[in-house]
Amino acid sequence: MDDVVIRADGLTKKFGGFTAVDHITFEVGKGEIFGFLGANGAGKTTAMRMLCGLSHPTSGSGTVAGYDISKDQEKIKANIGYMSQKFSLYEDLKVWENMRLFGGIYGMKESDIKEKTDRILDNLGFSGERDTLVRDLPLGWKQKLAFSVSIFHSPKIVFLDEPTGGVDPKTRRQFWEMIYQAVHDGITVFVTTHYMDEAEYCDRVSIMVDGRIEALDSPRNLKRQTCSETMGEVFRKFARKATRSAD
Amino acid sequence: MKQFTAFVKKEFLHIFRDTRTMLILLGMPVVQIILFGFAITTEVKNIRFAVFDLSRDQTTRQITERLAANRYFTLVADIDSPPEADELMKAGKVSMVVVFDADFNANMLHTGEAAVQLIVDATDPNQATTMTNYATGIITQYLQELSAGSGAGATLVINTETRMLYNPQMEGAYNFVPGVMGLILMLICAMMTSIAIVREKERGSMEVLLASPVRPIFIIIAKAVPYFILSVVNLITILLLSVFVLKVPVAGSLVLIFLGSFLFILMALLLGLLISNIVQTQVAAMLASGMGLMMPTMLLSGMMFPIESMPHILQWISAVMPARWYIELIKKLMIQGVDGIYVMKEFAILALMVAVLLAVSLKTFKKRLE
Repeated sequence: MDDVVIRADGLTKKFGGFTAVDHITFEVGKGEIFGFLGANGAGKTTAMRMLCGLSHPTSGSGTVAGYDISKDQEKIKANIGYMSQKFSLYEDLKVWENMRLFGGIYGMKESDIKEKTDRILDNLGFSGERDTLVRDLPLGWKQKLAFSVSIFHSPKIVFLDEPTGGVDPKTRRQFWEMIYQAVHDGITVFVTTHYMDEAEYCDRVSIMVDGRIEALDSPRNLKRQTCSETMGEVFRKFARKATRSAD
Repeated sequence: MKQFTAFVKKEFLHIFRDTRTMLILLGMPVVQIILFGFAITTEVKNIRFAVFDLSRDQTTRQITERLAANRYFTLVADIDSPPEADELMKAGKVSMVVVFDADFNANMLHTGEAAVQLIVDATDPNQATTMTNYATGIITQYLQELSAGSGAGATLVINTETRMLYNPQMEGAYNFVPGVMGLILMLICAMMTSIAIVREKERGSMEVLLASPVRPIFIIIAKAVPYFILSVVNLITILLLSVFVLKVPVAGSLVLIFLGSFLFILMALLLGLLISNIVQTQVAAMLASGMGLMMPTMLLSGMMFPIESMPHILQWISAVMPARWYIELIKKLMIQGVDGIYVMKEFAILALMVAVLLAVSLKTFKKRLE
């Protein structure tokens, strides 16, 4: 398969005697929206950190955007975008300053940064907020802006770590429209989420339980296999097997 | 390089947006220099003193009365032996002892010369100077009245001989200027840098930065740049204030002063990095740098109390404090005006400390990233 952009093969991470991620194997194709589900402490974040080049796997291998996650972390980092729930944008910087910073970090040209900033703000209808400090924006706006910033440098893949935490359903839908737009532009989306309605929007979903991937398929197939009405039901059926408590 | 400048711009914006902190950082050296220079020291009231009178004649009694009558002086003891003077001084009951020679009056009448000795507690050098000046003034005045009254002419001389106890070289008179320099540089470089780095950890932005192609070491260097510049601004402010406002001369080489300061700034930045590697929250960073760096700098580096009069164990602790050597260096260069050759020891110690810290903080930094 030429169009595989993320490949994990027996990826494992141990912290001392604790196996956070236990031999996970999966592939994500180009332009796919891949949902990464799991309870707190199931190992989602650890797996994602390995894929982003933030942490070395204990064993197993993987490639992201064609680069080995154990050797070519620097190249991977140049080709991905990353957004976390915890941090969206620098609160004490203005909207355009945040964009300039992240454009600069990814080595974009000054003129490209300016042009893209205008375009994005225009698309979002935020042109009037160019000079507003991020701390003065409502949460939903921040998250939307943060997503725009995470794909500002047109990465091949964007990793979203619970991007819509604490956001109201209406904004969440708008957020997903932006995700679809990004996919339309050729970006692959790897997203972790707590919201099961969001899981329905994904092309394929994996469910992690105790460090292992227990299920991996399209939402429709998963529901059929488990005779469930919703993804929430599917998730509960798998997550019940967990022996690890959330930490 | 483009990444780096983007980052440095960001760090400057963080500082400029936080107006209050920036004003504190820029205003603090001014306030400290002026406080230490004017407010704290010179005014001396209620100087308790003892008299050790070997002569016990009319003149010595009159001088003693004069002193005791002065509103600044209070006579608390009339003693008979040197050990008594020592005890009173150690117990803090007196801060000056006036000693009259045997045959004071006779000497004065026959040779026109007599000696009075002032023994002064010089733990606080500024106070000691003021005390001596007051006492000498009173004695001189008495002497003038005496010679005018007797008509004996100008041949009457009382030699006032001053002995400073505990701090004979009067070290520390200007000590606070190098001390404030050490303190401010430590504050800005170590404390502010560690807080700024830990803030990124705490807010989760560090994760996002580490997931970008920026090399971690650039993130740290970019953070240090604005604080470095701020430190240099403060350094210049302090030097200008002390030269033009406090009239403390810069006796030695400015080049060496700046060289030494850069070395110390580098060390403080490394200390800040080290703290940020160890702690997880901004509060912890503040506590660690406040209690671990600022307090010892103030108390143990010779800024407030002379190192020579500390117990041995504290002297040893003081020896591993970077600020101590920096303050020593600046004191030598700025106040004593020595040549470069005499500060080689301080430079060498500081350089060694920088090398050790560099190794340790880079190691912990790498470890933390994993």
